[in-house]
Amino acid sequence: MCDSSLLAVDSLWELFARAISLRDYNTRVVLGGTTMLGISGGLVGTFLVLRKRALAADVVSHAALPGIAVAFLLAERLAPGSGRSTSVLLFGAFASGLLGMAMTLAIRRWTRIKEDAALAIVLGLFFGLGMALFTVVQRTKTGNAAGLSNFIFGKAASMVASDVWLIGVVSVVIAMLCCGVFKEFSLLCFDEEFAAARGYRTMLLDWLLTLMAVTVTLIGLQSVGLLLVVALLLIPPTAARFWTNDLKVMSWLAAAIGGVSCAGGVVLSAAFPKLAAGAVIVLSGAGLFVVSLVFGKERGLWPKWSLQHQFEQRIGRSDLLRACYELLEPIHGSRETTQESLTKYEIDDLELLAMRQWPSGRFQKLVSSAVRERLLETNSTGGYQLTLRGAAEARDAVRRHRLWEIYLLTQTDLDPRLVDRGADGIEHVLDPQQLADLERQLDSHLPQGIPPSPHPIAGAAIN
Amino acid sequence: MNESPVVDQEAMQEPPTRMVAIDAVESASPILIEDVTVAYHRRPVLWNIDYQAPSGKLIAIVGPNGSGKTTLIKAALDLVPRAAGQVLFFGEPYGQQRHRVGYVPQRTSVDWDFPVSALDVVAMGMYRKIGWLRPVSRKYREAAKQALDRVGMVDFANRQINQLSGGQQQRVFLARALAQNANLYFMDEPFAGVDAATERAIVDILRQLRESGKTVIAVHHDLQTVHEYFDEVVLLNMRLIAAGPTADVFTPDNLRKTYGGKLALLDQLGEKMAQPRSR
Repeated sequence: MCDSSLLAVDSLWELFARAISLRDYNTRVVLGGTTMLGISGGLVGTFLVLRKRALAADVVSHAALPGIAVAFLLAERLAPGSGRSTSVLLFGAFASGLLGMAMTLAIRRWTRIKEDAALAIVLGLFFGLGMALFTVVQRTKTGNAAGLSNFIFGKAASMVASDVWLIGVVSVVIAMLCCGVFKEFSLLCFDEEFAAARGYRTMLLDWLLTLMAVTVTLIGLQSVGLLLVVALLLIPPTAARFWTNDLKVMSWLAAAIGGVSCAGGVVLSAAFPKLAAGAVIVLSGAGLFVVSLVFGKERGLWPKWSLQHQFEQRIGRSDLLRACYELLEPIHGSRETTQESLTKYEIDDLELLAMRQWPSGRFQKLVSSAVRERLLETNSTGGYQLTLRGAAEARDAVRRHRLWEIYLLTQTDLDPRLVDRGADGIEHVLDPQQLADLERQLDSHLPQGIPPSPHPIAGAAIN
Repeated sequence: MNESPVVDQEAMQEPPTRMVAIDAVESASPILIEDVTVAYHRRPVLWNIDYQAPSGKLIAIVGPNGSGKTTLIKAALDLVPRAAGQVLFFGEPYGQQRHRVGYVPQRTSVDWDFPVSALDVVAMGMYRKIGWLRPVSRKYREAAKQALDRVGMVDFANRQINQLSGGQQQRVFLARALAQNANLYFMDEPFAGVDAATERAIVDILRQLRESGKTVIAVHHDLQTVHEYFDEVVLLNMRLIAAGPTADVFTPDNLRKTYGGKLALLDQLGEKMAQPRSR
């Protein structure tokens, strides 16, 4: 029992090691082919997504199905046995995929049906037709063995060297085309009308882009299958967009993401042969997408959230220290506050709580994080006292706040009762340069050091 | 041996004739619109428009919503098909004079969440000049920067376009057209949704263009500023109501004809043509 399970683990590990070390010729072939497929998919997909034609790719792949079936049936009728040839099947797929695309364009152009409806109609029509024809194919003698279902669900392992050559050549051509007409494609995607006004044949450019998308879709059919091939075109550019605001960077990043997710998918599915390669490829792409969604430098959720969080932290911290200062200020009477004098008095947390209207729960968090950052410390009686660092920061915060308040009072007609709140929002974004400017402007109004508050301080009345 | 002098002679004679041809084009009106009719889905939106623009003027196209102002520009630039009529630029069809005609579309006609910088957008105005298969070289980047400088946006050259305000986006669009260095400019609502500073900046640019002999035709919505900004007015409401110098044409009477009182007969006709089989 024990032995056999150890053996299983051992052989699984062996299998995995074989897969990732690319010891098998077959794995290498499949890996090369699908990686190139991922790269070209990412490049073409970038423009497709920016042109807002994402769904069109899905229509093309589904529309390929009846073409595959018809090509098989015709080839078998003309020359029995020739139906299995990949090139025959791909030719059929190409023809009907293109027909499906043309049909959506025609519906959009000549009727008032909206694009999404047109796409759905064509997709349903072609896929339904394809499924019907497939039952016919299954009934033929050779149909079952022809591996036509590979086109639906994909089987990367069925790739042979000649397929990889085909994919490689097509990918290189597509990458070169993308570079060559990069300017024109970007103009088409950004402002089609301006492109037309400048004399570009936008219809032709559009067709070129469509043709490239159809081609990638078709060479991807075999490995990923028609249900999932659209993901090769859409996931990489959408993931790349989270990292950059530059089209060039975005397209190369999309190519890289496409390549990596395809390579990763092939290696994983070689290590775990029971998993379908197409699904694993798409899932590893989706994994990279999620990573980009969360961590993407330009638009990811985490960078956005953490910036916001840092800002709120900063505001909360300076509000807390200002409240401490304003609580201690009356104790000083007419004496000047100093960094040292501020650290001498105990701060009662209930009195501190009364200084501002803190959102519930926020006060405790702010106090404990201030203690953690050694701005406040607890003393022997359980109260708080400012540290030297905390006192220095508190003085800065108060000075900033009051300078801004005085500025509002002297330079605008703001009601003195509203000045506190008006200053609250702005003071946190003042930088040292602006503070210096403020001081210069307020020169005549300023006493030395920290000016007194121009209004009664809320909460201080309790003292 | 005998043929070479003949060739030389031709080469000698060619330059003068070419000069004459260019002169003829030069003297022609920047735009001549002859009997243009446009229909969308069989419903006519412009009827028999005839108009000849004077050179070196700022011209406003004014009319209520749906009066075909934008359509007139698009029909002139071959962006929508004309049901009838022709348009000549400097005496020739648009296809031959494209480089001398600049176009500033409505700002809202594009998705500003596109991953390009302000400089990239301005460079688009020169893509034709740069040509196929070539990247945007340093020379053109400099030219794009100069165009941005003219609209006071050079500091924003590398800014991603969705981080620009509406007014700044409009200036970038303007710079894209300026980079093309055309002789005639079409602008579709250049003042729509911009702040006061941008409006002043755009007006200054329009005046500079006029001073250097260029013609500007702009769709304009704010009736109060027509007198101040524009030399000529085209009043449009499916048909041409009036056109000419602002002082003569922009009158209460003409405005009433343009904005007030539905043009009942045209409306009915349009309705009928839209549904030929229903009655």
